[in-house]
Amino acid sequence: MSFNLTYKRYGERSILVEWPSVIDEAVLKDIIRFKRVIESIEVKSIVEIKLAYNSLLIIYDSFCRNFENELQVLKACYFSKDFKHDILSNLWKIPVCYDAGFGIDLEAISVEKNLSKESIIKLHSEAIYTVFFIGFLPGFLYLGGLDDTLHMPRKATPRLQIKKGSVAIGGSQTGVYPVASPGGWNIIGNTPVAFFNPKLEVPCFAKPLDKIQFQPISLDEYKGIKLLVEAGVYHLESEVLHD
Amino acid sequence: MIRVLNAGLYTSVQDFGRLGNSQYGVPYSGVMDRYSAAMANAILGNAETLAVLEMTLVGAKLLFECDTYICISGADMSPKVNGQSVSINKPIEIRKGQVLSFGKLQRGVRCYLAVLGGFKTEAVLGSQSMYKGVTCLDKISKNDTIDLNLNNSFIVNKNASIKVLDECFDSNVIEVFKGPEFDLLSKNQQSELLQNDFFISKDNNRMAYQLTELLQNNLKPIITSAVLPGTVQLTPSGKLIILMRDCQTTGGYPRVLQLKETAINVLAQKFTGHLIRFKLVLSEF
Repeated sequence: MSFNLTYKRYGERSILVEWPSVIDEAVLKDIIRFKRVIESIEVKSIVEIKLAYNSLLIIYDSFCRNFENELQVLKACYFSKDFKHDILSNLWKIPVCYDAGFGIDLEAISVEKNLSKESIIKLHSEAIYTVFFIGFLPGFLYLGGLDDTLHMPRKATPRLQIKKGSVAIGGSQTGVYPVASPGGWNIIGNTPVAFFNPKLEVPCFAKPLDKIQFQPISLDEYKGIKLLVEAGVYHLESEVLHD
Repeated sequence: MIRVLNAGLYTSVQDFGRLGNSQYGVPYSGVMDRYSAAMANAILGNAETLAVLEMTLVGAKLLFECDTYICISGADMSPKVNGQSVSINKPIEIRKGQVLSFGKLQRGVRCYLAVLGGFKTEAVLGSQSMYKGVTCLDKISKNDTIDLNLNNSFIVNKNASIKVLDECFDSNVIEVFKGPEFDLLSKNQQSELLQNDFFISKDNNRMAYQLTELLQNNLKPIITSAVLPGTVQLTPSGKLIILMRDCQTTGGYPRVLQLKETAINVLAQKFTGHLIRFKLVLSEF
């Protein structure tokens, strides 16, 4: 399936490719396929390709002198048929403690939605979320798939400090704060798992199109896993998924 | 080795940044004014992109515990070695035990100190640029020590000097291209954006510079998409935010303008209350 794409120049050395303005896994797959085709032809002048919900930004090492020429190369890539579309992805099981000590906004959501805390936790942890891309903060996953009933507006006044590992809901999105940060999302729990480790060659375990599922754990289990994570010996549970 | 007797207002180690890690949400970082940092390195015969010390508004006080050569470029903070004034944009021979200090800020905002062979500090994800949560240190503090790369064999041309372009400091013109959402603005908004003067607000740092004047705005937020250093965002309340080197990798505000790369350097030498004006340059050649 091909989408109607637009190509725009963005600054001196980038080209922005845009898909229709929707958040959709089919769009994400098409973006990833396009990115891989571009990477496979190894254009020396391309230094980085940035991906988001409905766009790719292709960054060149110097001023694009021949914009039209670069466009032709990109368009040929998009319509290339010979690229094998084989995407291996992982389902990551992320332990989350929804204890009231962590989930400081659970009560407010429960009142607002007229739902018990148990139902909120069940809805949040039963869903399987898709990783769209990583942005905002190092290791912050943009996830799709939050149950409609859990949509909750961001707080009018952001908190100055949100704890590392906080699991939160902001509007129609859910996510994990990989580092302590100011933020306006509603906090419902905390995970001991590290989402960003700059010491590793690949600092994030998750990548676009991977799946995430949250697994409720007790406070004692949380403490146990936290110790293993800090010692660098925690093994995150995952399954390989085939497209 | 250098011992930090006083760190100044905000001093950090920066090189030309961390390319290729946006996919993990990691900002580029790197020197705010690439022109001046490259100048300091080039005068010493270093590679232009080598790590330097970036000092903001108030310089540091540094004790050198070895002989070396240094060069200071960018903002003129009245540098002195053992109390004697020294020139910027010239190689300076330093003897073990000498102290480099700075005085009154004469012009600019960010001053760069390069040493022969470069600073030997922690490199993370391919860069020495300090950034909170990525490198162990996010800035230089009093009593820190900074190691230098040994470079005994290198011969510095003591008369090396490069003509510095004054317009980098004197001009208030910020050259821009249209941003991806520029064409969504009304003709009125476009001409206001390109013809009005804007003052830099007190919210200006390595992440972003906010402007004081608002631009009336009725554009909806966009679906989160890539942003770059130099992207000018327009918030729902009409605030204009110019992203700088430590900016996030993605954003959801319309991207109305994109600074020319050299314009990011010019802006990096401006501060609260300075006036700027955008000038559209052609992006098709």
